Amino acid sequence: MKYYNKKIECMDRKSLKELQSRRLVNLVEFVYKNMPAYKAKMDAVGLLPSHIKGIDDISKLPFMTKQDLRDNYPFGLFASKKRDIIRVHASSGTTGKLTVVGYTKRDIDDWAECCARSLVMAGMSGDSVVHVAYGYGLFTGGLGMHYGAEKLGAMTVPASGGNTARQILLLKDFGADSLCCTPSYALYIADEMEKMGVKKEELNLKAGLFGAEPWSDNMRIEIENRLGIKAYDIYGLSEISGPGVAMDCCMQNGKHVFEDLFFPEIIDKETLEPKGYGEEGELVFTTLNKQGMPLIRYRTRDICTLTDAPCACGRTLVRMTRVFGRTDDMLIIRGVNVFPSQIESVLMNSDESIAPHYFITVDRVNMQDTIEIKVEVNEKIFSDEVKELENLKKKLEHDLFTMIGINATVKLVSPNTLPRSEGKARRVEDLRTL
Amino acid sequence: MTVNQIAVFLENKKGRLSEMTKVLGDAGIDLVALTIADTNEFGIVRFVTKDNEKVLRVLKDNGYTATKTELLGVEVSDVPGGLHEVLKVLGENDVEIEYLYSFARTHLQKAVILFKVNDTNKALIVLKENGINLISAI
Repeated sequence: MKYYNKKIECMDRKSLKELQSRRLVNLVEFVYKNMPAYKAKMDAVGLLPSHIKGIDDISKLPFMTKQDLRDNYPFGLFASKKRDIIRVHASSGTTGKLTVVGYTKRDIDDWAECCARSLVMAGMSGDSVVHVAYGYGLFTGGLGMHYGAEKLGAMTVPASGGNTARQILLLKDFGADSLCCTPSYALYIADEMEKMGVKKEELNLKAGLFGAEPWSDNMRIEIENRLGIKAYDIYGLSEISGPGVAMDCCMQNGKHVFEDLFFPEIIDKETLEPKGYGEEGELVFTTLNKQGMPLIRYRTRDICTLTDAPCACGRTLVRMTRVFGRTDDMLIIRGVNVFPSQIESVLMNSDESIAPHYFITVDRVNMQDTIEIKVEVNEKIFSDEVKELENLKKKLEHDLFTMIGINATVKLVSPNTLPRSEGKARRVEDLRTL
Repeated sequence: MTVNQIAVFLENKKGRLSEMTKVLGDAGIDLVALTIADTNEFGIVRFVTKDNEKVLRVLKDNGYTATKTELLGVEVSDVPGGLHEVLKVLGENDVEIEYLYSFARTHLQKAVILFKVNDTNKALIVLKENGINLISAI
């Protein structure tokens, strides 16, 4: 099986453009009628649905950002009636507020198709056993890949995250030929296999679909060598649907964007003007076929480039490069999106109501992301008793885990030792080399 | 009837303690007794001097986080069992000890023990009742 949906994946560019145009026109009409928040944006610039005649008109449309999701929490951007929404997902937001996404039946079907296409791109078929070790729950990773694997007709193993020893047992005994998880978890599994004395030859794994965090080519090579598989990069974000917005093909030379459903643009991160293929900028998506919570020109904050150069795999869909960086200060730590402001609010909200100077250091040790938060000990939090200071450290670590879901190490340091600056304080250092 | 102690936060890194003792030495401060509680990452240096107010000021001026704590000070005979006498009284009266340290006044054949307890008032009362010699200055 080479393609899941050959008609779409290998469609000639002209026909694809016609499909995109039709869908955009319908989408804009639908959103204008059903999403007051976006109607207001269009009204503000004097734009009517009739002004959008095809995909080339897309740059006339106003942008949407994560702030729109926050402002309309929880269901304000739902363009379908609540009874037609069959699922919600959510991810943590910067201010403790979740960003919520709603899906209709058709949205779930489209999304499952994207994941099924992705699995086929990684060499899977209806005969495959797909081990899904992304977390199941509000996070889109687990359920997204799960529905895709089922749609493909593969035997789906909903392992979810955690309990690595059991995961390895399942991989071995059930003979999974593909593994879906974050790339850092794949390496963790390799580490644990070594400790348990399980050799890669004992597994039937052929491919891995790894995503939800940035990773490097070196990491890909390491995963491929240690697990004896081909490692594919799968891209997605919950706002647009989840995993399966774009996916590596067998050439592993850029991820094909499923353009029939998600129209990609690159814009200049300063001027917001559209940029051409091959030019670096911020990636923007329009969900061409969504009903539950369609987004128009949603700014992902991810920086990359697009190319329409033909691909040897036969697909005509444009490809995106790796994400080079972000236009905001979001950090992705072991697949969890974290904003420094969230960490700050946890520090400020602790019972001691401390207003400490802090500094965040993100690193990658043995291929695992680590995050250390140095906190200056001032008189408000200082105690002459060791146990009080250790309790404070533990409490902050606990709060960071329960509020943001990260395993951070808090380190208490002397006053006036962390960097300070006149303007916006530089409080984050990311030592990971990708 | 308590003794004031200064506690200072220091990172557990090479040279940190000597930086602080230099600051104190340059300010002409005489340390009467000193102890360090340390963990892998940080230490708490606790000490008493004759002029704790000045010490606090000097430390803050030099950017240290320091705080003043009231300790119980008792003076016992510098003989075997001297410390136990005091601990027995506190234990029998359910006073918990957070930490303690001591120093000898060799020329007087006495030892001074400094305590941080969970209930200072109660400790003061029971120690007095049992005739233990409390001190407020050293």
